[in-house]
Amino acid sequence: MVNWIWTIFIIVGVAVAAAQGEIHKVTEGAIKGAEMAVAVALGLIGVMALWLGIMRIAQEAGLVNLLARAARPVMAKLFPSIPSNHPALGHIIMNLSANILGLGSAATPFGMKAMQEMQKLNGNRPVASEAMCTFLALNTSCLTLVPATIISVRVAANSANPTEIVGPTILATAVGMTVAITADWILRTYYRRRGGF
Amino acid sequence: MLTEILDPLSRWTVPLLLTIILLVGLMKKVKVYDAFVSGAEEGFTIAIKLIPYLVAMMVAIGIFRETGALAIVLGFLAPLTSWLGIPGEILPLAIMRPLSGSGALGVATELIQTHGPDSFIGRLASTMQGTTDTTFFVLTIYFGAVGVSRYRYALFTGLLADVTSFLASVYFCRLLFI
Repeated sequence: MVNWIWTIFIIVGVAVAAAQGEIHKVTEGAIKGAEMAVAVALGLIGVMALWLGIMRIAQEAGLVNLLARAARPVMAKLFPSIPSNHPALGHIIMNLSANILGLGSAATPFGMKAMQEMQKLNGNRPVASEAMCTFLALNTSCLTLVPATIISVRVAANSANPTEIVGPTILATAVGMTVAITADWILRTYYRRRGGF
Repeated sequence: MLTEILDPLSRWTVPLLLTIILLVGLMKKVKVYDAFVSGAEEGFTIAIKLIPYLVAMMVAIGIFRETGALAIVLGFLAPLTSWLGIPGEILPLAIMRPLSGSGALGVATELIQTHGPDSFIGRLASTMQGTTDTTFFVLTIYFGAVGVSRYRYALFTGLLADVTSFLASVYFCRLLFI
């Protein structure tokens, strides 16, 4: 999919430039884009290093685990088909906590383990279970308390207030997450009534 | 009213988090300095690894914009987006976000650099980047890893969440920043 979008951007750009007799604009655009990309990436290094450093402290201090324990009652409501104290729940909570803290790279391994455990409960079928669908709904709509990468992009671009977007981000995710959980619940009920799958 | 709550929230989230994490770290006898350095090293690596993705995406968008192709597409969509109060420039990001995380970051970065981080478009792009996830990627790797090939309603819910978060981002950014 990304392959297609990427190709379309370039091909359509070339076609439009050719049609307007301004083919040199393709080269200008490409070179400008490439230079900007490297400048941005280098500008990211400082803030990315800062945040991942802080987040590592949070992890080692057990803050991620603490979040996990606090969230257990809610998890039981969201995933009624997973028995309490099943390892899947722990991995789900760790994945979501890592997402919330903006530990993107740490979130993925937890998510994988959560899926493996849920797949065992699912009897290794090729059809997604209810719990899996709920987990993905939560995961894709999940709030990031510290969107570190985008904050660092803003810093690199000399923003007067790089973190001012945290407030609207939290609110907008709250809306998105509510809709995702509600839709998941409605679809789950609907599929059950239709007789399983 | 909402602005009065959100502005301090935006201002305080980072300093509070910093202080709490450091204090808890010290209480738990974490070697905070060493932990910080090893985490920071990872940050360095990630930033460098982003370069090829950013170059790929920003070159494509650079061509698309400079040649006037973007202006043509936006012209077609203008009536719909202006009716919803959405700046047309943000649409490529809305389309890219569920498809590719690094692609979306490239688009968002380009928007922030071109329009300025403190412009409405810059702020909206930043907000959208934090509110949604790369739904297709997450579904593909998570389900792929355990051999689930029938997603049932998971893709629909994920995309619904993306669309809702996108519209909510526009709403809250308009409320706060216009």
